Amino acid sequence: MAKLWNNYRYLILRRFTQISILVLYFGANAWGWTMLMGNLSSSKIFNVIPMSDPYAALQMLFAGAAMATDLLIGVAVATVFYLLIGGRAFCSWVCPINMVTDLANFTRRKIGMDKIKGVKQPASRNIRYWVLALSLILSYLLGVAAFEFVSPISMVHRGIVFGLGFGWSVMVIIFLFDLFVLKNGWCGHICPLGGFYSLLGKFSLIRVQHNEENCTLCMKCKNVCPENQVLHMIGKESLPVLSGECTNCARCIEVCDDDALEFSIRNMAKKKKTGE
Amino acid sequence: MSLSRREFLKSSAAASAAAAVGMSVPAELEAAATEAEGSWRWDKAACRFCGTGCGIMMATKNGKIVAVKGDPAHPVNRGLNCIKGYFNAKIMYGADRLTTPLLRQDSNGNFDKKGKFAPVTWERAFDEMELNIRKALKEKGPEGVAVFASGQYTIMEGYAAQKMMKGGFRSNAIDPNARHCMASAVVGFYQTFGIDEPSGCYDDIELTDTVVSWGSNMAEMHPILWSRVTDRKLSDPDRVKVINMSTYRHRTSDLADIEIIFTPNSDLAMWNYIAREIVYNNPDAIDWDFLKKNIIFAASPVNMGYGLRRAGEKSLMPVRADGSAGKYSAAEMETINHEMVHVVSENEAPALKPYGYKAGDKMVNKPAGLKHWEISFEEYKKFLDPYTLDYVAKVSKGDPDEDIEEFKKKLQTLADLYIEKGRKVVSFWTMGMNQHTRGTWVNTLSYNVHFMLNKQALPGSGAFSLTGQPSACGTAREVGTFCHRLPADMMVKNPKHRKHTEDGWKIPHGTLNPVGNQHIMKIHRDIEDGIVKFAWVNVCNAYQDSASATHWIKAAREMDNFIVTSDGYPGISAMVSDLVLPSAMIYEKWGAYGNAERRSQHWRQQVLPVGDAMSDTWQWMELSKRFTVKDVWGPYTLRNGKKLADVRDAAHKMGYTDDTTMYEILYANERAKQYKIDLNSFPQKGYDNSDCNGDSRNVTGGDGKVVKGCGFMVHEYLWEEYASFGRGHGHDLADFTTYHKVRGLKWPVVDGKETQWRFNAKYDPYAAKAVAKSGNGSTHAFYGPLAKALTQGNLMGITDKKKKSLKNKAKIFARPYMEPPEVPDKDYDTWLCTGRVLEHWHSGTMTMRVPELFRAVPEALCYMHPQTAKDKGLKQGELCWVESRRGRVKAHVETRGRNRPPRSLVFVPWFDEKVFINKVCLDATCPQSKQTDYKKCAVRIYKA
Amino acid sequence: MSENRPKKMKNKQPLSDRRKFILNMARGVGLATISGFIWSAYIDEATASQLLLRPPGAIKEDDFLKTCIKCGLCVEACPYDTLLLAKPGDHKPLGTPYFVPREVPCYMCPDIPCVPVCPTGALDESSVTTDDKLDINIADMGLAIIDKESCIAFWGIQCDACYRACPILGSAITVEYIKNERTGKHAFLRPVIHADACTGCGLCEHACVTEKPAIFVLPRETATGKAGDYYIKGWDKNDEKRLENAKEIKTTTELSKESAIDSLNNNLEDLY
Repeated sequence: MAKLWNNYRYLILRRFTQISILVLYFGANAWGWTMLMGNLSSSKIFNVIPMSDPYAALQMLFAGAAMATDLLIGVAVATVFYLLIGGRAFCSWVCPINMVTDLANFTRRKIGMDKIKGVKQPASRNIRYWVLALSLILSYLLGVAAFEFVSPISMVHRGIVFGLGFGWSVMVIIFLFDLFVLKNGWCGHICPLGGFYSLLGKFSLIRVQHNEENCTLCMKCKNVCPENQVLHMIGKESLPVLSGECTNCARCIEVCDDDALEFSIRNMAKKKKTGE
Repeated sequence: MSLSRREFLKSSAAASAAAAVGMSVPAELEAAATEAEGSWRWDKAACRFCGTGCGIMMATKNGKIVAVKGDPAHPVNRGLNCIKGYFNAKIMYGADRLTTPLLRQDSNGNFDKKGKFAPVTWERAFDEMELNIRKALKEKGPEGVAVFASGQYTIMEGYAAQKMMKGGFRSNAIDPNARHCMASAVVGFYQTFGIDEPSGCYDDIELTDTVVSWGSNMAEMHPILWSRVTDRKLSDPDRVKVINMSTYRHRTSDLADIEIIFTPNSDLAMWNYIAREIVYNNPDAIDWDFLKKNIIFAASPVNMGYGLRRAGEKSLMPVRADGSAGKYSAAEMETINHEMVHVVSENEAPALKPYGYKAGDKMVNKPAGLKHWEISFEEYKKFLDPYTLDYVAKVSKGDPDEDIEEFKKKLQTLADLYIEKGRKVVSFWTMGMNQHTRGTWVNTLSYNVHFMLNKQALPGSGAFSLTGQPSACGTAREVGTFCHRLPADMMVKNPKHRKHTEDGWKIPHGTLNPVGNQHIMKIHRDIEDGIVKFAWVNVCNAYQDSASATHWIKAAREMDNFIVTSDGYPGISAMVSDLVLPSAMIYEKWGAYGNAERRSQHWRQQVLPVGDAMSDTWQWMELSKRFTVKDVWGPYTLRNGKKLADVRDAAHKMGYTDDTTMYEILYANERAKQYKIDLNSFPQKGYDNSDCNGDSRNVTGGDGKVVKGCGFMVHEYLWEEYASFGRGHGHDLADFTTYHKVRGLKWPVVDGKETQWRFNAKYDPYAAKAVAKSGNGSTHAFYGPLAKALTQGNLMGITDKKKKSLKNKAKIFARPYMEPPEVPDKDYDTWLCTGRVLEHWHSGTMTMRVPELFRAVPEALCYMHPQTAKDKGLKQGELCWVESRRGRVKAHVETRGRNRPPRSLVFVPWFDEKVFINKVCLDATCPQSKQTDYKKCAVRIYKA
Repeated sequence: MSENRPKKMKNKQPLSDRRKFILNMARGVGLATISGFIWSAYIDEATASQLLLRPPGAIKEDDFLKTCIKCGLCVEACPYDTLLLAKPGDHKPLGTPYFVPREVPCYMCPDIPCVPVCPTGALDESSVTTDDKLDINIADMGLAIIDKESCIAFWGIQCDACYRACPILGSAITVEYIKNERTGKHAFLRPVIHADACTGCGLCEHACVTEKPAIFVLPRETATGKAGDYYIKGWDKNDEKRLENAKEIKTTTELSKESAIDSLNNNLEDLY
């Protein structure tokens, strides 16, 4: 039991967080709760603290929208928040699509999709930055926040809070895409919001720290990591994971039986590093 | 203008001649009444809803009504309808129509007062009714069996119910919801004219120069008449004036030149103010010749109470130290105590001074009945003295935000318009003047003004009471389904009338019960007092439409009694019943209605009823089969000690045996059987007649056998027998078949001609005859026979007990301004008024099931002044409690929209069973007419 | 969308890094252009809906689409569940708030709870504010239109359900009285909408008793025409205001599109 908890504690916490957030949003719409109102694009906590999606705001800026003060405050709050906890913490702790893509990834491992010889990952993880740039250009050209009109994240999330419509089909598409077309396809390759948070996350405080001394090179961590390029130091160097693309999902920490990975604060990590 | 009006008169005279019975019905009209086109059939009918009495045509296709159209040939509406009328085709087909009898049962199928409803056969239903009626008769006598009757009965249904109740069960405890709606108008007519129903007709609208609406939101409640008023205003906008008199602003103000918002009950003061203006300031305007020939002056007691429960009644016992009494709380008793002793208020004092009262005096109330006596003009003048403009403006101004001088100007203009020589004036009113603790008084006061100016019973002039219900006039009043009445204006109290009726019904002399006091509120109270043990709700929703509703619902559900409701839909009344019977709805049976202008109109059964529903006439006949001479005609002792004789011997002498059923005596008698089924000729040809012939549904009836019908034309029989009471007595009706050819006729129908203006010798043959006989050369004769000999006296009382005849004369009454028993105070600081909205009919059982009407007005709102809302901390659209001493309901606040009350008043309509406002309203009634005052009680409003 | 990872490029003849980079960039730009066109075509389609009714205080549709962040806070603030967020399949700009008056109209709350919660100013408080107080009566969500053919009041039926449902009856809807010559004794009571007062709340559309409403709300842009600013009503002082928009006038018609000289020189033959 203890082992189970040890191996899945972050996963359980993440699911708990993701679902709680959805429930709170849903409750706000359905029953008038005030803990968390609105949705991931923009919300209000306890009817006071605003929080807005900085990427959406950036698109609006490109679209030529007048930026309201409330919005700017909300963006600031969200930016500071994710700077603290790690940009892509959004992806693994908040985003509802994460549950879909994790399921796809899990299924891939279970049915052995990854073991089919000759199936290569045919796409670059940098696509997301292209999509990000494209979304801003299109926002500028079309005068609307371009990604917001196609974002499966908003569709699914809004859908769960306000009514799904055909939003369920988006979940199916992403699931099948990740399962059969491209491993970690949506979150790890295409999603411009992930891209945006990767850039933001370059500066964030909370980091995963690798302790090479304890590493037995079992590679469980790389196996389970949705962005395994960020774990390039495994078994090589005691380094913090500095890439913004790390989602702080902590799966690597849980699966490591050798205490070679743990969370740390950026500066302390640095000190540790310099101290060595 | 005057020329064209004369032309109009001529043309409408021609129109009524055209409607002459049996001869000059234009062939194309008759043909148009039944057209078969393609797969559907058109046939004429009357609108189900209000007292306007619009003509409609129903299209039936495959045995279902599929469409409706306004009848273009109909003189009232000329093919138009309001939006309720527009949906007549939809009202019978709600998804939850009652289709089978339902009885509260325990798990073994036995009747259980606390059980759940489950289907039973008609036979079982009548078994239970029979059992419980026998029980009630045994325990409490005829007074223990009651019927909540209706102004929406067809004429034949009402007559059938009345025969079985009064002739069979010898119970006068049958009283219609029309009691709630126009009883004050009736007593007003009786006291003033000696005969019921308006002198004028709708043609007055096209002929008048002035329409004054007193407590009537005609724009919403009589939309087709309102469109005629609008047309009249448009034809001569400068000459024609429209005045709206109300306690709050409503849509009738839209067209009005003057809007007068007055304090509840102060209409009494304003009528007397106009009269005073005439007598004191414009004596030249009085037509003395007319007055001397046609009018006398009269007075009546003022300390008559408010029609509330009286101390000593069973449910008010015992009186407790905390002020509560019996089943009534201390708060309720605060109001009820006014019934015994009323302290004269500052406002009332000037008006009551001529009667010897001053402010602070204790007025001890005594039931006064309808007693009144003749007084001199000088006494009347003395009575009017207090109603100066200053005094009346002070007590009447209903909007606290209005400037008093402005208000005075309006009152003055109002009086001037009435008085202006040559100006024709119609005063219309509905519930505002009828639902009034001084309803009878204020009705009579309206005639005072018209009489003195000789502006009554003339084309284009007259005080005209509009009715709410489609057959309040036709059924409730003319048939007499009131506890105190018999057909054609006869009274149960009058031995001659009883005898005449007994002869007409071929029942032994002495059968009819002379005590007729169980009016609708009394029936409710008698149930609460444990006297009425069996009650049957017919074509009404007695448990939603009665004020102080919680008491009656508790009494029905928690006491030992048996309540039956016949209805088309499961409303509140059905919900509180023990047995529910599925009734055929309007176009599923032959029927007739009588509207507010004395127009009787018939229709044929258009379709078969839904499910196993059967008409109320059939239900009454089935019930009557279960009671024989020996069951119901034995001796009884009434609660007042009066004895009803054993008439069984007399019955034997008439050829009846102990086992002759009431069905054989009252319905399937020799006379009835003369009215034959004739499916080959008009009007029966081609039409269903479930009551007489049974129908293809093969419903299993009250005897467990398939319903085959009574086998004779019961509708024609009931009509003709009923009509025979009125013919030759100023109530003449044409024959059954004629009505199926014409678009209704205004009675009296004499020599084939209808009557437009009664009591006017030029138009009314009865008046002409009376004038010729009297030789006084008058233009009018008020020939009504009731209360036509009076003692003499002054305002304080009778001084000479010798009765003086006042044949052919009408009366002007001295009746003062008084306040209602419950006036807003610091605890309950706001007036509550209830009423209707255009979109919904009464308790909404039909219209709330029409999706379009439901969507248009899905719930009853609490209309209030924005400042009231602000003062109570309420926002537009928020829920608030409306609470009186009797109960509270939740409603959404509406500070905008159609009704705009002053700060002192809120308006909550009563159609919505979810906003059950009658839990809040007070069951005070006019002590003379027994009509409930729904228009005023005191409430407090607070956030829910 | 696919793009090989530069690292793994294994060509027979190794390309120079510089060339590799340029080729990759070119491919990226090419693919981005294709997807950009598809993406923008979709958005163009998705935002083309002109018949949408927005919450009170909504700024001009073009700006609204820019500015609305699709957070649904207005939807949550609405006490009547009037406002909806466009879902996939609704065929409306995704995630933006709208209402369908026939289903649930705007009840015109005097405190307009949906507007102040908007974080982006897509719902503009100042547009529903008079004298520093929220004023729903000046909201402009749309404009009610009457189809006189199906409106039963125009048949002479005494309806006016729309009029009585209007929260600002008497200013947004009035009743016009006209004699009914056919019957000779009734009047039409016809509803008339006053565009300057109508807020487009849709209570009239909701109340309308015809099968498909004979009175319905459209966005004002769709529901109204526009007279040019070059003619001012001489009898209406207020109409002068339009002069402020009046611009320099230059006209071209089929006849006048050539310059005067060309026209004189070129067209002589046509006269023969």
